[in-house]
Amino acid sequence: MSGGPSSPITHLSTATWFRRGVRAAFSLPLLMLAGAHVGFAGLAREAGLTLTQSVFATGIVWALPANVVLVGAIIGGAGLPAAAFAVALSSIRLTPMVVALVPEMRGSRTRTWVLYLLSHFVAVTSWVIAMQAIRGVPREMRTAWYAGLGGTLVLVNMIAVGIAFELAGDLPPLASAALLLLTPIYFLTSLWSSARERAGYVAMVLGLALGPLFHLWTPGFDLLAAGLVGGFGAFGYHLASRRRDAT
Amino acid sequence: MTFFGNGAWWWPYLFILLAGWLVTDAWRFLGVFIGGRVSEDSDAMVLVRTIATALVAAVIGNLIVFPGGALAETSMALRVGAAAAGFAAYLALRHSMLAGIVTAEAVLIAGMLIGRTW
Repeated sequence: MSGGPSSPITHLSTATWFRRGVRAAFSLPLLMLAGAHVGFAGLAREAGLTLTQSVFATGIVWALPANVVLVGAIIGGAGLPAAAFAVALSSIRLTPMVVALVPEMRGSRTRTWVLYLLSHFVAVTSWVIAMQAIRGVPREMRTAWYAGLGGTLVLVNMIAVGIAFELAGDLPPLASAALLLLTPIYFLTSLWSSARERAGYVAMVLGLALGPLFHLWTPGFDLLAAGLVGGFGAFGYHLASRRRDAT
Repeated sequence: MTFFGNGAWWWPYLFILLAGWLVTDAWRFLGVFIGGRVSEDSDAMVLVRTIATALVAAVIGNLIVFPGGALAETSMALRVGAAAAGFAAYLALRHSMLAGIVTAEAVLIAGMLIGRTW
């Protein structure tokens, strides 16, 4: 863990905290996320993406729900605007997550462009790990620590997608089916875990039911329709339950 | 304008950049921009979260009800049953994601083996 005694202390500790961030990445959540990414590799291959396209999307989008929505739109034959709109709706959730993390990460000397750069790493897994552990990191070292954490998560999952993509073609049907079930189950549980208020549970139940229904009624716009109808429905529940609590 | 609608090698990458990266990182950059200035508990933030949650849940529902590949060969009852069993295990074992995934996969594999053998 220690560098040479001659290294300047600030440089040494930045590197040390970066390495601690790397170490923090290797955790049960990473294992689960990698498993879900293995499922995503099977999904992307099924959709007709190439190996490099799948690995590229994993790293550059870096939000598994967004990538699954993107591949879902590709499977459905959506045009660029419809696909972008659906992905944009699924990714709005990242804004409040970043809003919550930035004050924790900002030190007195933190440059704003560093925060913009690091915000790319924000997705459910790194956010959950960071919100739990970042308070144990000295404030001036938090950006270095998060860079180690986020960069490692991205890299490991890009490798996982690459390997799984190559192997997915040779799998027997049983393993292939099990692989494709990983992603929905991972989201079923992690989405429930990340709900902040009861309306989140309502939104999830509505979305689960409305997605397949709208898929039959309005193929191509099913995700948008289910997201908007389910989202506003759950928001209505939120307002109604607050009014009931107030009286 | 679909993903496969253009033969050029760069088109799929541009599609991923515009329909995936741009519309995702834009929300992250917005988060840095407003960081700390908007209350997480405001109604606007609640609505943002419910729409995003419902949309991702819709994807999950579609992946279970209308799957692709080898999973499409299984019956819908088995897939919904496996997902429901996994979710029940997750809830019962103090929100253990691992328990949920292992249970769902076990039910799916058992169902496929039984269906094939007998």
